[in-house]
Amino acid sequence: MLGEGIVKGLAETARNFVGSFIDKDRLVTVQYPEERLPVAEAARNFPFLIYDGVDQEEGLRCVACQICEKECPPRCIHIEKSKDKKPDFIGKQQFYPAVFDIDVSVCMSCQICVEVCPFDAIRMDNNFELSTDDRFAGLLWSKEKLAMPNEHYLAIHPTEAAEVEARRAEEKAEAEAKKASQPAAVAK
Amino acid sequence: MLDQVFVLLKHWLVGRSPAVMQPSVSILLTIVPILLVFPLLFAVTTVLERKGLGRIQNRYGPNRVGLYGILQPLADAVKSLTKEDIVPSSADHTVHFLAPLVLLAVAFLPYAVLPMGRNMVAVNLDSGVLFFFAIGAISELSVFMAGWSSRNKYSLLGAMRAVAQMISYEVPLLLSSIAVIMAAGSLSTVEIVEKQAGFSGIFPHWYVLTPWGFAGFVLFMIAATAETNRSPFDLPEGESEIIAGYYIEYSGFKFALFFLGEYLGMFAISGLGITLFLGGWSAPLPFLTWVPSWIWFFGKLLGLIIGFIWVRGTLPRLRMDQLMNFAWKFMLPMALVVVVSAGAWRFLPQGVTRWLVSMVFIAAAYVLLARGVETRNKIAKRTYRFAE
Repeated sequence: MLGEGIVKGLAETARNFVGSFIDKDRLVTVQYPEERLPVAEAARNFPFLIYDGVDQEEGLRCVACQICEKECPPRCIHIEKSKDKKPDFIGKQQFYPAVFDIDVSVCMSCQICVEVCPFDAIRMDNNFELSTDDRFAGLLWSKEKLAMPNEHYLAIHPTEAAEVEARRAEEKAEAEAKKASQPAAVAK
Repeated sequence: MLDQVFVLLKHWLVGRSPAVMQPSVSILLTIVPILLVFPLLFAVTTVLERKGLGRIQNRYGPNRVGLYGILQPLADAVKSLTKEDIVPSSADHTVHFLAPLVLLAVAFLPYAVLPMGRNMVAVNLDSGVLFFFAIGAISELSVFMAGWSSRNKYSLLGAMRAVAQMISYEVPLLLSSIAVIMAAGSLSTVEIVEKQAGFSGIFPHWYVLTPWGFAGFVLFMIAATAETNRSPFDLPEGESEIIAGYYIEYSGFKFALFFLGEYLGMFAISGLGITLFLGGWSAPLPFLTWVPSWIWFFGKLLGLIIGFIWVRGTLPRLRMDQLMNFAWKFMLPMALVVVVSAGAWRFLPQGVTRWLVSMVFIAAAYVLLARGVETRNKIAKRTYRFAE
């Protein structure tokens, strides 16, 4: 019969209309700024630099090898190597970045800088609320703003960070064992 | 007393003004409320519509501006006022500028003959219904002005669709109201409402409560939906096909004016539907006559607006051939049957016979015409004669 489908459709929409007031499960919208969904562990948006300890200048893992700068596809990383050196976590003298800038507006979140870094110094952050009202200076992040403590890394990517921690502990133990055996050899 | 509060207020204000000013004050006090109330109703309707459609689709709808989003129209107004107003360089600037103004002027004029309450009509024309349809036909002109002057293929397509659709659906719209005019014996909207204001038992004398009146009302509302370019008859806009149809090249406040004009047209035609079929400002039950008449009119108007929103949330857009088939092969013959049935109702003696005759007329026509509409649109597997 003509019109039967229209009546059925009207009943269906009426059911949805009334149901949305009764059954809260129907409303799937997440009211974003107030409510938010948990971020997945593998979520990534923009890189940050890891530092150990409390002092970010002292503990920065980056040795300014500039591999990430060269590998970055949109070329958003800018590094200037230091003149002097400072000891890294195993006590070896290394350069450090005098300037380390990343442009938020250019970065495409590809994670290639993370993959090529031999020093576990750069990792992806999952913070996605990076908007600013200053589109030039506000989007060019310097070393001070990029540096994050290692605890932050452990908190946002626990599985991956645990692996890194284990590897670094191993390296450190190896270096210490070497150091312990070397003075003995020199003494001989 | 409360029923006539606005009428008395107007008379009091006119009486207080100097004698030379009285005619102009009287005119002003008639026009200004119309110019205020209906755009306000438009603001309320936009937020109602967005929230209603949201709920139909299990969403919240706008809920950011003000409590539960009720101030959303204000934010929309600020947005459309601050937007850049772009006119295409190859457009016909004068016509492009005039089109929304013509639409708006035409959208306001029909309110002159709508009785919004007892003694609440701007002008009581003897041929009020005729005036309403004559003015309504001008809106086609403004739509075509907009589509033509934009110099855009899509807007021209949209305008041509709009004109074809509006002219096709004007025929059943007029025919279904002719049934009422025949029964009431008058073209005056005030008189038509007064004819429906009585009661027999607890039932009001509304024309919608007769078989031909009910069929006429349904036809009238379908044609009204098409006439105001609302979903499912929104082919002239057709966002997914021709982007925004005839107002593709309008931005900023001109676009908002088009929107306002369209909604005002919807309210006006709903108002006419109420006047013709739903007894205008008259109460639905005899013991409710103490409620002010204007509350009944605006209550019914709100009811029809909710109906429009509900239909918009339910039905998908028609195809052009379906639209035309429906208008000429179903609506038009059906409207003619309604006219005949109303005539039979008028001349048969009161009683069960005229109910039966009228019902049989309508039901038989409906069944037969529905069969025709349905079989023509049967989907079959396509066979190719030459391209095998």
